[in-house]
Order: sequence, then C-alpha cells, then structure tokens
Amino acid sequence: MITELGHFALVLALGVAIIQTVLPLLGAHRGDVRLMALAGPAASVQFVLVLVAFAALTIAFVTSDFSLRLVVLNSHTAKPMLYKISGVWGNHEGSLLLWVLILALFGACAGWFGANLPMRLRARVIAVQGSIGVAFLVFMLLTSNPFLRLEFPPMNGDDLNPLLQDPGLAFHPPFLYLGYVGLSMAFSFAVAALIEGRVDAAWARWVRPWTLAAWVFLTLGIALGSWWAYYELGWGGFWFWDPVENASLMPWLFAAALVHSAIVVEKRESLKAWTILLAILAFGFSLIGTFIVRSGVITSVHAFANDPERGVYILLILGIFMGGALVLFAMRAGAMESKGVFALVSRESALVANNILLAVSSLVVFVGTIWPLLAEILFDRTLSVGEPFFNAAFTPFMVALAVILPVGSAMPWKRGQMRPRLLPLRGAAMLAVACGALVFAMQTGRSGLGPIGAALAIWVVAGALTDLWQRTGRGDVAGRLGRMMRLPRADWGKTTAHIGLGITVFAVAAMNAWVTEDIRVVPVGGSYPLGSYEVTLVGVAEVPGPNYLATVAELRVTRGGDEVAVLFPEKRFYPVQGMPTTEAGIDQGLTRDLYLVLGDAQDGGGYAVRSYIKPFAGWIWLGAIVMSLGGTLSLTDRRYRVAAGARRAVPAE
Amino acid sequence: MIRWLVIVLALAGPAAAVEPGEILADPALEARARALSQGLRCLVCRNENIDDSDAELARDLRLLVRERLVEGDTDGQAMNYIVARYGEYVLLRPDAGGVNLILWLAGPVLLLAGIGMALPLLRHRREEDELSVEDRARLAKIMADET
Repeated sequence: MITELGHFALVLALGVAIIQTVLPLLGAHRGDVRLMALAGPAASVQFVLVLVAFAALTIAFVTSDFSLRLVVLNSHTAKPMLYKISGVWGNHEGSLLLWVLILALFGACAGWFGANLPMRLRARVIAVQGSIGVAFLVFMLLTSNPFLRLEFPPMNGDDLNPLLQDPGLAFHPPFLYLGYVGLSMAFSFAVAALIEGRVDAAWARWVRPWTLAAWVFLTLGIALGSWWAYYELGWGGFWFWDPVENASLMPWLFAAALVHSAIVVEKRESLKAWTILLAILAFGFSLIGTFIVRSGVITSVHAFANDPERGVYILLILGIFMGGALVLFAMRAGAMESKGVFALVSRESALVANNILLAVSSLVVFVGTIWPLLAEILFDRTLSVGEPFFNAAFTPFMVALAVILPVGSAMPWKRGQMRPRLLPLRGAAMLAVACGALVFAMQTGRSGLGPIGAALAIWVVAGALTDLWQRTGRGDVAGRLGRMMRLPRADWGKTTAHIGLGITVFAVAAMNAWVTEDIRVVPVGGSYPLGSYEVTLVGVAEVPGPNYLATVAELRVTRGGDEVAVLFPEKRFYPVQGMPTTEAGIDQGLTRDLYLVLGDAQDGGGYAVRSYIKPFAGWIWLGAIVMSLGGTLSLTDRRYRVAAGARRAVPAE
Repeated sequence: MIRWLVIVLALAGPAAAVEPGEILADPALEARARALSQGLRCLVCRNENIDDSDAELARDLRLLVRERLVEGDTDGQAMNYIVARYGEYVLLRPDAGGVNLILWLAGPVLLLAGIGMALPLLRHRREEDELSVEDRARLAKIMADET
C-alpha cells in the first residue's frame, strides 16, 4: 500500500513539475503575475511529493519488503540497518530518486529563499528547474521505476554489493548529488538570464552562492568517495582516474571556474557571456557524468546500471538541455555586453587564466574519458586510457594553476603593475624555493614529484596568507591584525580555500613520491621491519560478522620497543553475493598513515601481508575539508546574507 | 626461498595486489617490473592496472612481465612483447602516434584555443587613461608621505 502511495506520489510529482515548468514561463512571458506566483508553491509541492516517494521506498527497504523488485535485488534481511537505509540509493533506480529529490529540493529552495529575486527571473528559474525535473521524472517512470512489484516475492533478497556495505555509502552519494544537482541551479539561472536577455551584477550575486554551495558539496562528496576508496579497496590508492571519478571531477573543475568568473561579473560586470557558458557547461558535465555512470558505455569500476536503453534516454536529456541552452546562448550571448574593460595585468585577466586552465583541464579529462569510446567507434581501435595518461596530461594544468594563483589573487581589478604587486610575494616565493630545495636534498635520488609538490604547496599557502596580510593596509602590526579580523568573510573564505588547495597539492605529491611498501609472507608470531617501525603478526582469527565471515589478523606495530598501534586488517567473505572484500587496518597519524592489508593464507604456512607507510595521506582529505570550509565561509559573507545591494541594483519589474 | 627476500620499494605510484612469491630477487629488475606494471591494464578488470588487481589474469601478466625482464628484455621489448599478444587495449597509456595524437594534443590545442579566445577580451589601455610622468611622480610622493 505504502509502495503504491509512493509510486502515485511520483506520478503526481511529474504532473506538478509540468505545471511548474509551463505556467510560470507563460506568466513571465505575458507578464501575468498570478501565473508567475505559481512557480514557488508548485516547486514546494513537487518537492513534498518526491519526498513522499522517497520515504515510501525507504520504508520498503527498512522493512525488507521483498515484493519490491528493487529491494530483492539490493537488500537482505541480515544486512545491518545502516546499509538497509543507505541501500536505498546504492542502486540505479533509488539513486535516481535521490537525484530527483535533490533537484526538487533546489527548485523549492529557489522559491523559499528567492524572495528578493525579481519576480520574473524567479518564475523563470523555477520553471527551468522544473523542466529538468520533468525530464528525469519521465526517465524514471518509463525506464527505471523503483516501485515495480514482483508477482511472486522470494523469501529473501540478493543483498547489496559488499563493497557498498560501508558507512561511505551513507554519505558519499548524497553529498555528491547535492553538488551535481546543485549545479542545476546555476544552469537554471543561466537559461533564465538568457531568456530575459540580461545579466548584471545582481544576477551574479544570486547565482554565485548556489554555485558555491554546489561546489562545496561536490568537494566534500568527491573527498568522501576518494577516502572510501582509500580504505576500502585494499591498496591505499585514493584516485584511479576511473571514468566515474572523472565524471565527478569534470563538473567540479567547471564549478570552480564558475565560482571564480561569477566574481568578475559581480564586481566588474565583465565576462558575462563566458560566465553564462560556464554555468551551462558545468551542469552539462554533471549530466554527462550521469550518462557515464548509468549507461555502461564506458567501462568503470562503478558497475551501476549497464542498460543501453537508459543511456540513450540520458543522452536525449543531455542533447535537449545542452542543445537548447547552447542555441539560446548563441542567439542571446551578443546581448550580454560586458561593461568593464581590463588590461593584461589585472585581477580580471588572472581570473580568465584561471578559467582557461580549469576549463581546459576539465576538457582534457573529458577527452581522455571518452577517447576509448571514440577510438572504437571512429577508428575501430580498442584501447585504454588510464592513469599514466591523465597524470601526464592533467597535472601540468594544475601546476600552472598553482603557480599563477598567488600572483593573480594579489592583482588589483581593472589594471595593475606587476612589480608592486609581486614584491610582497617575494617572501612566499623564497620560502617555496627553499623548502623545495630542502626536500630535494633530503630525498636524494627520488622523483622530482616531492620537491615540486612541496614548493608549489608552500607557494600557494604562503601566497594566500600574504594576500590576506596585504589586505590589511599599512600601519603597525596590532592595527593590521585588528583590521584582518574585520575583513569580510569572503576574503577569509578565499584565503582558506586556497590554503586547502595547497594542502591537497602537497599531500598528493608527498603520498605518491614517498610511499614505503612492503610485501611478504609472515608466519603467525613473526615480525618484520617497516621503515622505522617493527610489525608483529600476533594472530589470525575467523570471526563471523552480521552477514559475512571475516578473517581478522592482529598486527602489533612498535617503534623502538614502544607500541604505536594494534591494527586489525580483515578479509571478509559475503556468502550471499559470493564476494570477498578487504578491510585495511589503518593507523592514521599526523604525518603518515600506517596501512596494513591481510592477504591470503599461504600453502607453506603464514599469511601474505602488504604494508605501507603513506606519508601525509590524511592531508589529502584535510585539504578538501579546508577548501570546502573556505567555500562555506565565503557563502556566509555579509553581502549574501543581507543582499541589500542586490535589491537596490535591480528595480522590481 | 630466495623469492621471500623482501624488498622495500619506494616507487612513484602505489602498487598492491602483487603476491610475495612473485617479487624478483633483483631489486632493480623488480623496480622495472613495477614501473611497467603501472602502465598495463588488467584485461578482465575495469580500469585497474595489473599491480592493483587480484585477478588471475593480472597475476599471469605480472609473471610474464618479470619473465621477459629476467630473460634480458629491455622495457620497450617487454612491452612490445605483451602488446603483440594482448593488443593495445592492454596499455593504460596509449601510444602518442596516429589517431591518438588527437588525444595527446587535445590539452595543448585547447589551451591555445582558450588563450586565443581570451585575447580579444584584453582591451589595451588607451593613452588618455595613462598617467603622465609628472602625475606618476606626484602619486609616488603622496604614497610615500602617507607612510
């Protein structure tokens, strides 16, 4: 009964979404206030209906209702409650429902918090948002209905893929989707602005917080996913250049570009057309990501739903929305005349450089991701594009980005002179070079990755701090410190986010350059050296889990006789899915992670054990957290909370 | 057994599913094998290199790489040997020749295109916007006095 209610709510949501799309657009076109006023309430109703559907599906999973096809395929009575709930979105249909739920939530938010938007713009934004909802609701109801019943319910389900039975599944997809789908707001604002034929500083002030929020969520979502991969996949990699990871990286890079270019529109009324294009492309790449994940045309470790029919449908959605938006863009972009001119040496051109580097690096990832597909279709060649390609083709752009970042953020708007702006950065530059040289000297004979990464990171972090300090003007230190505390939160956000980037750059370089690895067979009771540590295999035991059997090793790590950690790496076997997984034993430290993995029992006795010392591993995700903290700080800037200027800037129409 | 000899490797890039028994006694050869493995795909897996994979086929490939190196092949010869048998699908880093040039040149070409698009945005300063030499000297004096 509840299932049917959920199904019915989903169909109703489609009906409401159609109303939400058509009537406000018509109203905005005709200047009919009553029709435009429908947008907000329609968006709220659509959200509530999708929420009812989502709740119905969750209830079915929690109560293990095996008359539902989706529950049978992805659940089992023995599965812990956390995974029964997160299992709702651990599959194609359910995750699509989550996608649509978040989409409807953003549409409703535009209604709830958009009171200071001009009525016409708000109606159009919500209508465009509604149209995306229509497309995905139709897609879901026609090809991926989560509420399909089975005529003969089985006694129990097939269980969830064991790799997904992890707390990571509870948080990674929701954050990721908040990011992906959050970019739909930027898209809706861009299309609404194109229909209006006008973009101004106020528009950028509305669009930027949504993009920033989406970027923050995407940053956290990607970081969570990469951390999950790090501890779950059993060899401590954190990024695999897998098509599905690339699918999240591409919109992230575009969103980062958009966050920066929207500043130029807001402060200088320049780069308008470019910003609109970025907004369209950012969401476009988020749709391409959806296509890559759900169509199965590109092989990836995230085996989600390999149904070509679905792929065709998503391609159709992508074609309609991107095609439509880009045609509209081509027709109207000319009207977006930029006001502010700027010279070569200026904040604007630095941000243009940032945008070019981010956009091109994202496109490189895109080309690398679809190249196997293109090569097969066009040239009949079956080939792979993997990590070595991306490392070679993508990294230079990130290095260039890190090099120009402190210089660019020190530049004044409109025009500036290089020398006076570069002088304060001398300290940062010297520190960076000195640290790079020191690292180089300490690690003789290893790759250049470590020193370069360290120098770049110091340059970015010290540059960001110098920039913040320069903002406090002149005078004594106490006065400057006082002024520093009173700087707008946007300035603090910028500094924090850039420091976060520096931390991640350093950690990625450090972990790749200085990892220590040891692979060996260890008899029970035996010990071996690992770097400056001594590891002892105390014992191995068979331990039954709730829905799996585990082989758990006890490994004692000591250093100079003192106990550092006792770790329990596991090998698990999930009988329902017939699949093994590894759970690494990780001791997280400030400057290194000890990462121990239990291998198979050996014929001659003992166990294979893989051990790693991963320097600065935790800093990768620390950097991501600091970045999103910076974004959040910027989001709470006074100008977004008050938005008084925005109200004045655009008279109500 | 000599193969139990343990080597602590510090390589650029992670590696893992390598079994203890596979590791070569000669650290230099083993390091080369690892470097080659980073560029070889586990054919039955999805986007994993043979070092990271637990699959049987990945193990066979790892052993094959080591066998070729022990026989005295150079890195290039060993890779060619494998590509000749398993096809270019096995390479994670596609050759930078032929149509793959499109792939490899995409980055630089797009970068140039981006710069080309951006250049018209930079309007050159007009003469009247420029401060005269005297004005600049005055400005410098004012700024210096302020401190």
